[in-house]
Amino acid sequence: MASINIDSELCDLCGRCISVCPFDAIEEMETSITINAACRMCRLCIRNCPQNAIKIEEKQQLIDKTDWQGILVYAEYYENKIHPITFELIGIGRELAAKVDMPVYCLLIGHKLKNISQKFLEYGVDTVFVYDNERLKRFSADLYANVFEDLIKEIKPSVVLIGSTSIGRSLAPRISTRFKTGLTADCTRLKIKKNTDLIQIRPAFGGNIMAQIITAHTRPQFATVRYKVMNCAEKCEPHGNVINRNTSRQITTSSIDVLDIIPKEAAPSITDAEVLIVAGQGVAKKEDLELVKELANSLGGEYAVTRPLVEKGWADYTRQIGLSGRTVKPKLIITCGVSGAIQFTACMNSSEKIIAINKDKDALIFKIAHCAMIGDLYELLPPLVDKIKGISNYEI
Amino acid sequence: MNIIVCIKQVPGTTQVEIDEETGVLKRDGISSKMNPYDLFAIETALKLKEQTGARVTVLTMGPSQAELIIKEAFMIGVDDGYILSDKRFAGSDVLATSYTLAGGISKIGSYDLIICGKQTTDGDTAQVGPAIAEHLNIPHVAWVSRIKEVNNQSIIVEQNMEYSFEVVRLPYPCLITIESNICTPRLPSYLNMLKTKDRPITNLSLMDLPDTSESNYGLKGSPTQVERIFKPEHNVEQVIIDCADTDGSQYAYELLKQWKFI
Ligand SMILES: Cc1cc2nc3c(=O)[nH]c(=O)nc-3n(C[C@H](O)[C@H](O)[C@H](O)COP(=O)(O)OP(=O)(O)OC[C@H]3O[C@@H](n4cnc5c(N)ncnc54)[C@H](O)[C@@H]3O)c2cc1C
Ligand SMILES: Cc1cc2nc3c(=O)[nH]c(=O)nc-3n(C[C@H](O)[C@H](O)[C@H](O)COP(=O)(O)OP(=O)(O)OC[C@H]3O[C@@H](n4cnc5c(N)ncnc54)[C@H](O)[C@@H]3O)c2cc1C
Repeated sequence: MASINIDSELCDLCGRCISVCPFDAIEEMETSITINAACRMCRLCIRNCPQNAIKIEEKQQLIDKTDWQGILVYAEYYENKIHPITFELIGIGRELAAKVDMPVYCLLIGHKLKNISQKFLEYGVDTVFVYDNERLKRFSADLYANVFEDLIKEIKPSVVLIGSTSIGRSLAPRISTRFKTGLTADCTRLKIKKNTDLIQIRPAFGGNIMAQIITAHTRPQFATVRYKVMNCAEKCEPHGNVINRNTSRQITTSSIDVLDIIPKEAAPSITDAEVLIVAGQGVAKKEDLELVKELANSLGGEYAVTRPLVEKGWADYTRQIGLSGRTVKPKLIITCGVSGAIQFTACMNSSEKIIAINKDKDALIFKIAHCAMIGDLYELLPPLVDKIKGISNYEI
Repeated sequence: MNIIVCIKQVPGTTQVEIDEETGVLKRDGISSKMNPYDLFAIETALKLKEQTGARVTVLTMGPSQAELIIKEAFMIGVDDGYILSDKRFAGSDVLATSYTLAGGISKIGSYDLIICGKQTTDGDTAQVGPAIAEHLNIPHVAWVSRIKEVNNQSIIVEQNMEYSFEVVRLPYPCLITIESNICTPRLPSYLNMLKTKDRPITNLSLMDLPDTSESNYGLKGSPTQVERIFKPEHNVEQVIIDCADTDGSQYAYELLKQWKFI
């Protein structure tokens, strides 16, 4: 809602803006400098122009932000399960709401929801809006977007939080586009300003940079939020209420037919494990994975791997941690022979306790470890497992 | 059947570094390439072409250099190419990008199926596909991991959900986004290069689109603003144990006990 203009009178074509632009968005034409489609409004060119020739024109604010109140959380309910991200969204939603004195709402869509809707009240939600209809039993983006639209028009929330899940990332852009407003993808941090602008921080470029994004001139502000990054809401004495909404034909009709749902083989989920032991390429042979598995067993946890091990066919991709695998946030994670590439660490660095074992004292993984152990995993793991097993045998 | 595949040009590497002092992204020269995820979208379209005789068109929005990825698409086997390029598209976020692409698609005219990649390697939002579908008011399914059936009215696909695969039928016109690694994208061929080297690429500017009001495009049409970019921070309190002079397994054992894991 703003634009950057270059004053051709002042510009002396020095090219400084071209060299500082992170997005390659400034081009030199024959007699002028122009900004192209890659511009992201980071304003670095403005700050760096020696001639002060680059200016920003902010457009007038068009909406009254006080008309938009409340933080709406999408309670993801699929195949008779509440996705656990819902409680994390309620957690961050309540934190934000407290800062600007707004209510927290939940939207629940599905069929036979009577007992489920109560659950959210125990986590401090002010109002749960329920759309319960047989035709809403199965997710499809157009269908659920209609329901969303119905509720947003009714309650006019300032912020809408949706899990960054398969469903969330398919649904959110449909609904934010319907309201011609902004959606920030896969946020890992959220804060809120007094004027109710949401400060959204997210990784981009495969996790190599973080971007801070705001949606200053439109409402609602939509964000999808990465799973396992925010803290779950604490339970509390319920004070809220449940409102059942009308489900007219109009909002419950979809052109998409769900023909079948084929469950994936229930692999032990590394996202749910409280203790994870991770093998990286420091593990030299497939057989040696046993060392890692044994440690995982002895601590009642699961084992996981880095991407190269999946590529070698040593482990299933459902055990891969990282940008192209899963994000995890266990109570304890021990990495064994993992170098700590950003694509890996970005998806495990909010684990509560991190122990890293690597024989290279300069390994990147040590930057995020609570306990950095410089050593050979082959020398460390066997005696450690023996010690742990020793104590548990003794206790039995 | 007419298929439109949306493709984007992205930087050649994601290994971008930020200068600590100025907060400026250090760029890796000027190298750029086709978004790797879009190769799976093209491959899916070409497989459908083999099966049904469909015509495959690619569409991109970007600076004029983005023509390169259209030429690459021709070499892979795509029939037609359109580029949306106009300085008034500058600074588009997802809403503006998808609106511009939707306008381009309307301009191209008849289509049955639109295919997008799952996400890009730069902006990395995975939002453009569903947003295009919303602008065009057509149904979409994201994360398609298999095409099960095609006929004259509809397509049956498998959608990759977290814990299941959902088999769904969508009527045309519709949009799907394609999972990565569901097929092996074919390579550009020398023969195709010779065949297509003079093939024209259609240029579309703002004035060619159904909606010509500037305020709906580029920065002006973008509700999100990137306020700043920075390097992911690391700061943790830590202990460093060098196993050369400490009994590492004993230390780890004590620590795990102290943290109550044993
Ligand atoms: C777009 C993109 C997405 C990616 N997604 C992922 C992803 O999802 N997950 C992922 O893991 N990677 C991903 N990667 C790859 C990532 O960049 C790294 O290449 C990868 O994580 C490295 O795996 P590693 O640490 O196991 O191996 P290496 O980098 O080879 O590290 C092995 C480490 O083991 C140490 N070592 C060797 N022997 C021993 C020993 N005996 N005892 C102790 N330490 C030892 C070495 O010092 C070294 O640090 C992605 C990359 C890109 C570009
Ligand atoms: C650091 C950073 C963070 C950003 N974060 C956000 C954000 O949170 N929200 C937001 O609205 N914008 C954001 N943007 C802007 C966003 O990257 C651009 O709007 C971009 O034009 C489209 O988004 P994408 O690259 O994420 O595409 P995705 O949505 O990831 O792309 C999915 C598919 O859409 C198609 N597609 C995407 N772009 C084009 C194109 N130009 N031409 C043809 N087909 C295309 C391709 O098939 C692609 O595979 C960000 C940009 C940067 C640099």
